[in-house]
Parts: sequence; C-alpha cells; structure tokens
Amino acid sequence: MTEMTQAKVIIDGVSKIFTGKERQVTALAEASFTVAPSEFVTILGPSGCGKSTILKILAGLEEPTSGRVLLDGREITGPGSDRGMVFQTYTLFPWLSVRENIEFGLDVAGKSKQERKDVSDHYIEKIGLKGFETFFPRDLSGGMKQRVAIARALANDPEVLLMDEPFGALDAQTRTVMQELLLTVWDESHKTILFVTHDVDEAVFLGDTIYVMTARPGRIKAKIAVDLPNQRTFDLKLTDNFMCIKKEVMGLIREEAWKAANTNT
Amino acid sequence: MVKCKLLTPKADIPASVYVALSALTFALFAAIWSALTYSDLIPPMFLPPPDKVVKDGALLFSEFDLMSDIWASVFRVTVGFLLAAVIAVPLGIMMGSLKVCEALAEPMLSFIRYMPASAFIPLFILWLGIGESEKIAVIFFGTFFPLALMIMDVTKNVAHDLIDTAYTLGVSRWGVFRRIILPASMPGIVDTLRIAFGWAWTYLVVAEIVAAGSGLGFMIMQAQRFLKTGNIIVGIIIIGVIGIMIDIVFKWLYARMFPWMGKGGR
Repeated sequence: MTEMTQAKVIIDGVSKIFTGKERQVTALAEASFTVAPSEFVTILGPSGCGKSTILKILAGLEEPTSGRVLLDGREITGPGSDRGMVFQTYTLFPWLSVRENIEFGLDVAGKSKQERKDVSDHYIEKIGLKGFETFFPRDLSGGMKQRVAIARALANDPEVLLMDEPFGALDAQTRTVMQELLLTVWDESHKTILFVTHDVDEAVFLGDTIYVMTARPGRIKAKIAVDLPNQRTFDLKLTDNFMCIKKEVMGLIREEAWKAANTNT
Repeated sequence: MVKCKLLTPKADIPASVYVALSALTFALFAAIWSALTYSDLIPPMFLPPPDKVVKDGALLFSEFDLMSDIWASVFRVTVGFLLAAVIAVPLGIMMGSLKVCEALAEPMLSFIRYMPASAFIPLFILWLGIGESEKIAVIFFGTFFPLALMIMDVTKNVAHDLIDTAYTLGVSRWGVFRRIILPASMPGIVDTLRIAFGWAWTYLVVAEIVAAGSGLGFMIMQAQRFLKTGNIIVGIIIIGVIGIMIDIVFKWLYARMFPWMGKGGR
C-alpha cells in the first residue's frame, strides 16, 4: 500500500484496442506498473508491442480502452504541460529558432521575457548549443535537434518526462553521446522519466528499472532492477556487471522479438 | 566526364549553364518565329514578324492608351483575387483542421469547382450587369473554389506530431490553430496564392472578352475584329510579362517571409 501512495505514476490494468476497418488490434493488454518519484524507467519491447502507446496514454494523447492512469494520484484525462514528451520523429517547430523552441512552453504559460531567457540560457548551455541560439532546426544535425527537443520539454519543468525512442533515428555514435548527455541533464533535475526503446544497451545503461514487454498484445513480461552505480559513463557498458544484466535482458527480449517477427503487423 | 554530368539524373549544373540554356530556348523561339514570318511562309495577317509586333506595341502605348487598359485589367484581377483569397484562406484552414468544417463545405465546393466559370457569365450579366462587378465576379468564381480546396490540403499536411508536441507543452485546442497550424501551413498558403493568381489572370481574359469596354482582353477582342494580329500578340505577351512579374514578387516575398524554409523554398 505504501507503494501506491508514494508512486508518481500508476498504470493500472491499462488496455488499448485499436479498431480498424477489418480487424481489431490489441496493442496493450492489462499493463500495470508503478513509477516512483525521480525514477528513471526504461520500457523495452519488440516493435509493435504497444510501448509507445503507454506513453501516448500517459501524455493524454490517447485514451485507454480500459484501466486507469494516474499521476500523483490524479487520473489523467487529457494532455497537459505537467507531462513533457520527446518523440522519435523530429518535432522541433521549424519556424522557430533554437531559443524560441526551448522557450515555447514558457511562452504558452505566459512567462515574462526575462524569465524565459534565464531558463533557455541555462538549457542551451546544458545541451552544449551555445552559439546556435538563432539557428533554425533545418540547420541542425539530428542529434542537435533531439537535444533541443529534450531541452524544450525540460524547460517547461514537467512532473514527468516521457521519451518515445528519442534517439532511435540517430547513428550509433551520436546515440551514445546523447545517452550520456541525458544522464547529465537528468542528474541535475532528477525528473521522473519513462523512456521507451528497443535497444537493450540503451535500456540497461539509462534505467533504474527496466520493464520488458511481450510481443503484441503488449503485457509487462518482467521487471528488472538495474543494480549499477548512479554515476554512469560510457565505459560502464564494458563492465561485467553491465554485461550480466544485458545478458539477462537479452534472453527475455529475444523470445519476444521472435514472436513479433513471426506475426504480421 | 564533365559533359556526362549534364545528363546525370537530378545532378546539379553550373548556374551559368542554366541561364545560357534558358536563354537558348527564348532565342530558338524567336528564330523559328522570324524564319516562319520573314520567309513569308506564314502571311503577316496570321502571324506578323517580330519587328511588326514591336512597332504595334509601341503604337498601342503611344496612340491608343494601352496603359489604361493594363490598369483596368490589373485592377479587376487584383480585386477579384483578393476577395477570393480573403474568404478562401480562412475557410480552407478551417476545412483542413476541423472535420466538421470539411464535411460542411468540402463536397459543395468540389461540386461547384467543376462548373466552368465562363458558363456563369450570362448569369452574372443578368444579376450584376456588365460593369466592373460582373468582371470581378467571374475572376472570383474561377479562383475561389480551387483555392479554398488547395488551402485545405496544405493545412491537412501539417505534421500531426507537431500538434501532439504542442499539446504536451501546454497548448490549448484554440492555441493549436494560432501557434502550430497557422505558422506551419503559411509557406504552403503563400505558394498556393501565387499559383492562384495565375488562374485569376486566365479568368480575366474570359471576363473581358464578353461585354467589356476596357482592359487587355477587350483590346485583344477589338484587334481580332479589325484583323490587327500584331495587337493580339502584344496583348498576350503583356499578360505573360505581368504574370511572371507577379510570380517573381511572390517568390521574393516567400523567401523573405520564411527564412526557416531554406533558400529557394520548396
């Protein structure tokens, strides 16, 4: 019971059924788990397992077919600025500069110019884009764009940060850099994060807790507590401890990946 | 190997080569025209030689007050086009963003779009007489319906992820219009207006050929009556020149308004 009262996010028996013209697709089947305040949760699963759907429901962009989703004990009924989201696709507003993108949420909230500038200055520094303030998104690399997207979500000071494969479109090297950068930014704010990925390395490296999902219909298959130090840098990925957890997770996900590969979507 | 590159699909060519090739087409056109006319292969009554057309043009400006015809036409096109744009742009945006508006207006607009504007001229004359309002009505009618439908398509193409992102940043439903749909579709809207202005010019001549007392279309009709073929050609060329000038203005405006789109736009 203490877990229930302390939890930041509660996913309680959430199902999502998409009704198409010819058939119904159950994306999520009775998924339940809780997230503690300041916990970094990674959700790992094969493609099409409904892991992104969980985030969309949390963001209030989709409604669950059944079940409830709670944030700080209140049921989520629609989108709001208390839940920031970073998408896999590049979603910077192309008509706004880097600074204007980061300040977007603050502008919506009616914050003063000085206040907006203070916050954007801080995040521009933090994500290492000093000198790029006036650039438009089209002049940024993929990694830079996602850094701005993360800054934009954090600048709004949300209760929870939802990340839907934010580094999925980046090359392997950039991805490693971004993972470290995310941990640095996280270290400062310690937001509650739900991070969806299909990359085992990423899930282990970033998460305090990993939820492994089954192939469709998506259920929570396993919960793995990642027993690794809090200060993480890339060399951690070469340690025995890391390998050990990775092996365990890979065993779990492999089975599901096979199932997913053998069902037509 | 350099020569090969000119024929490589989608490969860039030097700007100088591009300009030279474009000029070549114009030169070739003038050469064929000259060859056909100076050799008397085509009698001047059907197609006068270039120098005759230039002389006719000069005469039209100096003796027959061509400028006032041009102004009359530009006025009609501009008013008709602006009226169409002022209604079509907001309507198109609403149709593209709200399914309710689309359901209300889209089928009707699509239906009317297939009715030729020129067929409505008798009706417009009956309702509005043969004054300016009738000409403007024809241009409005020809431009408005396709314009509204194209603006709808532009608005529909705004990426849904951008709208979702805005919601997660605290934007309300009304805010999504102002902060996302409007700025995201603006370049497409300006580009569509540029194309629509071209249609407006086409309908101008349709409007002025029937029951007009001034304007380029009227001048062309008069010239045909008196077999002044040179004047017809002058009129056509002037319409073309004004059209391309307006096109250039729109493209310049586009580059100035949307620096975030990159050089040259789409």
